[in-house]
Amino acid sequence: MVDPRVVVVGAGPAGVRASEILAAAGLRPTVIDEARRCGGQIYRQQPENFVRAIDTLYGTETAKARSVHAAFEALRDRIQYRAETFAWNVVDGQLHVESGGAKAALPFDALIIASGATDRVMPVPGWTLPGVYSLGAAQIAVKAHACSIGRNVAFMGTGPLLYLVAYQYVKAGANVAAILDTSTIAERLAALPALTARLDNVFKGLSYLRHLRGRHIPIFNGVTPVEISGADGKGVTSVSALRRGGRRLEIKCDAIGLGYHLRAETQLADLARCAFKFDLSSRQWLPEIDEDGRTSSKGIYLAGDGAQILGADGAEIRGRLAAYAVLRDFGHAVPDDTVALLRRQLHRIERFSRGLARAFPWPSKLVEALPDDTVICRCETIRAGELRGSARLKGAWEVNRAKAFSRVGMGRCQGRYCGHAAAEVLAASAGVPIEEVGRLRSQAPVKPLSIATSDGAIR
Amino acid sequence: MKRAADILIVGGGIMGSSAAFFLQRRGRSVTLLERGLVGQQASGTNFGNVRRQGRFLPQLPLANRSRQIWGRLGELIGEDAEFLMTGHIRVCYGKDQIGTLETYATKAREYGLELELLSQNALRDRFPFIGPEAVAGSYSPHDGHANPRLAAPAFAYAARREGAVVRENVEVLHIEKSGEDFRVETSRGEVFQAPVVLVAAGAWANRLSAEFGEPVPLVARGPQMAVTEPARYEIKPVLGVSTKIAEEGVYLRQIPRGNVIFGGGNRGPAFTDSKRAYVLPENTLSQMRQIQRIVPALGSLRVIRVWSGIESYLPDDIPIMGPSGRVSGLYYAFGFCGHGFQLGPGVGDVMAELIDTGATTTPIEPFSISRFA
Amino acid sequence: MPRRFIRLAETERQTVSIEIDGKRSQALEGDTLLIALLSNVGHVRASEFDDGPRAGFCLMGACQDCWVSTVSGKRLRACSTIVVSGMQIVTDRSEATWSTRV
Repeated sequence: MVDPRVVVVGAGPAGVRASEILAAAGLRPTVIDEARRCGGQIYRQQPENFVRAIDTLYGTETAKARSVHAAFEALRDRIQYRAETFAWNVVDGQLHVESGGAKAALPFDALIIASGATDRVMPVPGWTLPGVYSLGAAQIAVKAHACSIGRNVAFMGTGPLLYLVAYQYVKAGANVAAILDTSTIAERLAALPALTARLDNVFKGLSYLRHLRGRHIPIFNGVTPVEISGADGKGVTSVSALRRGGRRLEIKCDAIGLGYHLRAETQLADLARCAFKFDLSSRQWLPEIDEDGRTSSKGIYLAGDGAQILGADGAEIRGRLAAYAVLRDFGHAVPDDTVALLRRQLHRIERFSRGLARAFPWPSKLVEALPDDTVICRCETIRAGELRGSARLKGAWEVNRAKAFSRVGMGRCQGRYCGHAAAEVLAASAGVPIEEVGRLRSQAPVKPLSIATSDGAIR
Repeated sequence: MKRAADILIVGGGIMGSSAAFFLQRRGRSVTLLERGLVGQQASGTNFGNVRRQGRFLPQLPLANRSRQIWGRLGELIGEDAEFLMTGHIRVCYGKDQIGTLETYATKAREYGLELELLSQNALRDRFPFIGPEAVAGSYSPHDGHANPRLAAPAFAYAARREGAVVRENVEVLHIEKSGEDFRVETSRGEVFQAPVVLVAAGAWANRLSAEFGEPVPLVARGPQMAVTEPARYEIKPVLGVSTKIAEEGVYLRQIPRGNVIFGGGNRGPAFTDSKRAYVLPENTLSQMRQIQRIVPALGSLRVIRVWSGIESYLPDDIPIMGPSGRVSGLYYAFGFCGHGFQLGPGVGDVMAELIDTGATTTPIEPFSISRFA
Repeated sequence: MPRRFIRLAETERQTVSIEIDGKRSQALEGDTLLIALLSNVGHVRASEFDDGPRAGFCLMGACQDCWVSTVSGKRLRACSTIVVSGMQIVTDRSEATWSTRV
């Protein structure tokens, strides 16, 4: 039995549960996290000087959030915790990190990457106007900061988050102008069998819907987004879409929460040279993992939404499984029946997650109708026409080649918010299945790395 | 199946692509075979320096000829590859290096390269972003930089417009001479035939030269490149360092969009089999320290991407260019030791002249493959 | 641009005084810089490539669209920086020289 040096990236539900199990086995993992406090995005904590009870913040998930926070607090003297620290590269058994300018290399025998996810966005004309935010951002504003992103907020996109966030806004006393869902009732009904894997979630969803209807929030299904309009000196002023029958819909609003499920943060896994596979269900490239989170790279393990979009409960399970995998791989005893139970629980969650993807599909076909002047890459302001042009004129059908010629993905966000849509635009232009246009290769640093280095050591 | 062309070019980087263009312009028929996509390897991943200052002196005639073409790129191939004549400055940190700069400037003048030596005060007056560690600088006003991702493909597409057959995703497996012609077998099962072959296959070229009894000690290395977020466009000249210390040899250029691209110092690992090259984190960190010595204000920016590529080097830091020493009709242009980008258009023009007429007015003897015989 | 974000609750916190484009503004202790800015104004920066004003997008440090500059040229990612009294933020850095600052 050998005690491996373990580094855990991320102190969200996956990272917390992984650390808990490693610490219980007598290891002292190093846990790094970008935020100041644990919880990740889903269980992000409110400022210390907030007076409201935390159930206002977490609602039905309060017990789970409390449990994750408490678990991490209990771990503090049994782990090496580096908050406000981000990993920018991983090479040859060393994780390269930065914290406020100070840089360090953390050696590891095992690395558990629990890097989470961000919203996935389908561009629409006007989506870069001030006032347009991701759904996740809208949620962070209300949950973590008790703010609304505007006076009159519309929500557009698809996925369970669309309804959850709208509900959270209504409960918090904000004005919700409308909900525009690209998915149809028929799609949701077709997914029902898979969704029964987690009836509790289905009921939660229906209760949000009931609440929203009770407040007479207009909800439109099967919409085709057309445009977000704005005015100089104001930002967003309205959003328009086509209803299922083709009639045009215009909603006056000063803010929009926009999102279509999540996309996994896989940059570190890519830099660790993990093999990737195209996941048809979530329609994105994901690192290949076995049922416990082992990747094709020795010593690299994945957990949470950064491995597979399963939500917070799935993240906690994957965090535990990854930790058990590390322990097993380094010769520690591992409770087989616990692992077996976790795997069974995970399968149910996976089934539900596939159901969600079917119920609220990523509307890939929308790219075909995007006008040429629609911004695809918001960092570099590259429009659909330029992307289509470099594909047609220079034969750049593969995403990395298209990036080299059009600059899509060359901005600060490194393809997080344009990558999926850009791939869909290329695939639609070329008339090929999405997998065939390839996968945007991650390049270090994972996030912008400061050139100046402070002399202070990392906390 | 046999296909005929006057010249078969192996490799679609900037050397092969520009040669294809200039040969077609001379009325020759060219087939260019590129294993991947044109301009994907060293040609597309290098720093983008279009400089003559600092070169091995006997290389200056070639570099001068190439510089002439850079200035006319737009009218020649319909794409200027974002070439900007911003000037190029080499600074030095120690007073002892000033002599090195002065000696070079004197000798370069003989080749028609006029350099302006600037003392510390003059340097910082004129270029106020340069930091106090630079004690002197050598300024080459007609040099500049361009976009490596665009240049080689632009030549390849221009060659196509001139009538060249440019094939991508075709790998050359084997070449042999039978009679007057070369017979080239490819991964697609096709066979090409031509009386002349130009090997411009970069880091993979010595496999082919070895087949003709001319192996060379070619080593693949990865440039260590990085780019920052955009910042207001204020640094116009390309900046480099004259030094004997490897880590200090960094270079940087800002583009009008605002990003600052930098590289240099130690090279990284590159693998010809897997076609992968890597940036070592310690190299990026070292570069970040070094570029702040040239421009201290760079400390306020952030790096948003690093990349590498596969460049190839000879031990004497001199490329392979010219006719084969053993086989008639066979020519080479490869192994440009990380300094080939600026030479690309000139190499193509010279090789085209050489192949078309049997001779070239630009001296290339120092680059002969025979020096390794 | 008029303020974008609306505070729904938790307004009884200690105030924090900052400057936005030279104008004194109030925020609340515990706000991120982005919340502080958008509780006062409607945008935090301008796109470098002629796409107009920007007001952040993801609020979670992923989109990198909320980088702002202080008067002294320091760069801060507003959504992941806690607001501190005395911060002096400029929302238009296009006019500000950076390469000669140290």
